[in-house]
Amino acid sequence: MGRRGLAIIGFAAALSGALAACSPAPKPASDAAPAGKAGSTLATVQKHGYVSCGASQANAGFSLPDDKGYWRGLDIDMCRAVAAAVLGDQDKARFVPLTGQQRLTALQTGEIDLLPRTTTWTMARDANGVNFTFPNYYDYTGFMVRAATGATKPADIKGASVCVQTGSITEVIFADVSWRQKLDLKPVIFDNVSATRQAFFSGRCDALITDASALYSVRATQSKNPDDYVIFAANDEANPLTPAVRHGDDQWFDIVKWVFQAQITAEYLGITSANVDEMLKSEDPAIRRLLGVEAGYGKALGVREDWAYQIIKQVGNYGEVYDRNVGKDSKLKIERGLNRLQRDGGLMVPLPFS
Amino acid sequence: MTGFVQTQSIDARTAPLDARRSLFRVLFGDVLSTVSTLAILFAVIALAPKLVSWGLLNGIWAGEGTQCTGAGACWAFLRAKYPFILFGIYPPGQYWRPVALIVIFIGLTLYSLPPKNWKTSTLWAWVIGTVVALALMAGGVPGLEAVPTDSWGGLPVTLILTVLSLGLGFPLAIALALGRQSELKAVKYICVAVIEGIRGLPLLSLLFIVSILLPLMLPDGLKIDKLLRALVAMTVFSAAYLAEVLRGGLQGLHNGQGEAADALSLSWWSKTRLIILPQAISNVIPPLTNTVVVMVKNTSLVLIVGLYDLLSAGRAALADPAWPAPFAETYGFIALIYFIICFSITRYTHWIERQNLFGVNR
Repeated sequence: MGRRGLAIIGFAAALSGALAACSPAPKPASDAAPAGKAGSTLATVQKHGYVSCGASQANAGFSLPDDKGYWRGLDIDMCRAVAAAVLGDQDKARFVPLTGQQRLTALQTGEIDLLPRTTTWTMARDANGVNFTFPNYYDYTGFMVRAATGATKPADIKGASVCVQTGSITEVIFADVSWRQKLDLKPVIFDNVSATRQAFFSGRCDALITDASALYSVRATQSKNPDDYVIFAANDEANPLTPAVRHGDDQWFDIVKWVFQAQITAEYLGITSANVDEMLKSEDPAIRRLLGVEAGYGKALGVREDWAYQIIKQVGNYGEVYDRNVGKDSKLKIERGLNRLQRDGGLMVPLPFS
Repeated sequence: MTGFVQTQSIDARTAPLDARRSLFRVLFGDVLSTVSTLAILFAVIALAPKLVSWGLLNGIWAGEGTQCTGAGACWAFLRAKYPFILFGIYPPGQYWRPVALIVIFIGLTLYSLPPKNWKTSTLWAWVIGTVVALALMAGGVPGLEAVPTDSWGGLPVTLILTVLSLGLGFPLAIALALGRQSELKAVKYICVAVIEGIRGLPLLSLLFIVSILLPLMLPDGLKIDKLLRALVAMTVFSAAYLAEVLRGGLQGLHNGQGEAADALSLSWWSKTRLIILPQAISNVIPPLTNTVVVMVKNTSLVLIVGLYDLLSAGRAALADPAWPAPFAETYGFIALIYFIICFSITRYTHWIERQNLFGVNR
């Protein structure tokens, strides 16, 4: 792989040197990964040589193949990070396009090893056969209005007509918001997504209500000038989109949880894909533990010692992944908001890495 | 009692109106024709300038997403995305493989069109060609990178589903149709149950069953490929419908045909193969074509089970935030491909109907 440069080889050599002290013969880092127990998800992944992940059919910013058929997105990078941690190569990931109805079945039947596909963590789903790891994106329901109206919060659009898609959870939230905040909003209901959006852009209604991530995507792709529209939250509820794994494999559950933790901890510690090689030399014990310079943590998890290094080097920390796919460096330009680190006022809490 | 015999000759009459319709008569023959002709003419005159200015004068033919401002058609989008729409998420460096599949399928189809090529060797050519084409797509042998079916997409998936579901469904349909006519009660009722059971289900629900229910019911560790599951659903679906069409052909056949064959002491198999089926099939060519065309279009339903056929690939291309999502152009492009396929099938059938096959005159 082109992106695994000499630095990795150098690091691998250094690490095998370190390992030589406790193992009879020096081994390269890629062989250092302990084998998973027979029948476990880890063992299956190691046997296949790839991680199989559920993807959506087309969801800009979250999972979408580019012109070259290469999958990109926030959820895609979650899967690539697991591949980097477990197999040492972010491209050892395969993506199975799934519809909303299929996704949980595909996970339960073992067709995929991990489901990072904008799936909301709900109690019923959690109780029925899947385990949710950590939310990798907090979405919310938002309004999009024309910037010229000057509206920046729901109270500003009292009496407005709002394009709503029928049969969606958004319709319920719309009614709640209108009633609770006494906004007297008038719904203009459509039965499919594209009709709803076209109606808004053609001026049929004053506002459009749906998931904020979808609003940003719509604004980027379907408006003539994205700056003519503003997006704000409809209420104060967060919608945690959370990668899930199957019930019954605790080790795999732990691995996926800590792969994500490694990415937010890396952001917290200021480790990026650009400076991770320098960070290997850091004296900071937290950084040394995370990057596997101090051995033992990878082994405890059942993966290679340099697992977090591989994630950060190949995929990046959470901030990088966010900015690249949905944030300021992408077309969607979604503000970090709830997805900031807890330190910065968001909901992403780095757990103690020790 | 004496028979009645005409003694004088009847004067020649003018041909009925239908036989000498001039274009003018077709368009303005009566009030209804005149009104509809004028209405259509008016609609064309009203719409044509808009279409021309949208599609041609203001169309953006090349460039980036930012240049498509909405004034005209964004043909640049199709120019940038057509490989993705045609081949989906297949690895771009390997596009020659899906191209080879398309060439093999189209080549075999063209070769099989003239009735003089309807022989056993053509059938074998199809079997070998299909196996080679699928092997090329899948790879996995030295020198050919393995491409899992999850990465197949676009037109090849549409063609594979069409050709295989009809190709495998047709023999199954013949078996079901003959079984339904069988004198063995058990065989008859099984065939009736299968045909009516499947015809009673929408294709959509069949696809849901194979994609969601079936994996849950299979024992642990046994996984069937997603494309294969969809193919199985489409095959049984087309078989049930083709079987009903064939039943029409079988029932339309005069009893005397079978009785004459029996009188010649032909075996049941020879009778069916040489006498019954050729006439039955040739009797139902128009409804068969109808089923074939419907199945071609049905392949687009696999969208709902997460397969990247032509339509899904087009929708995925539209989701790219770098472009202003030109729905009309993209769906128009996809519709054009479907139209070419379906229209060719119907034109071919018109031609074949006039070929006076099997001595059946039409």
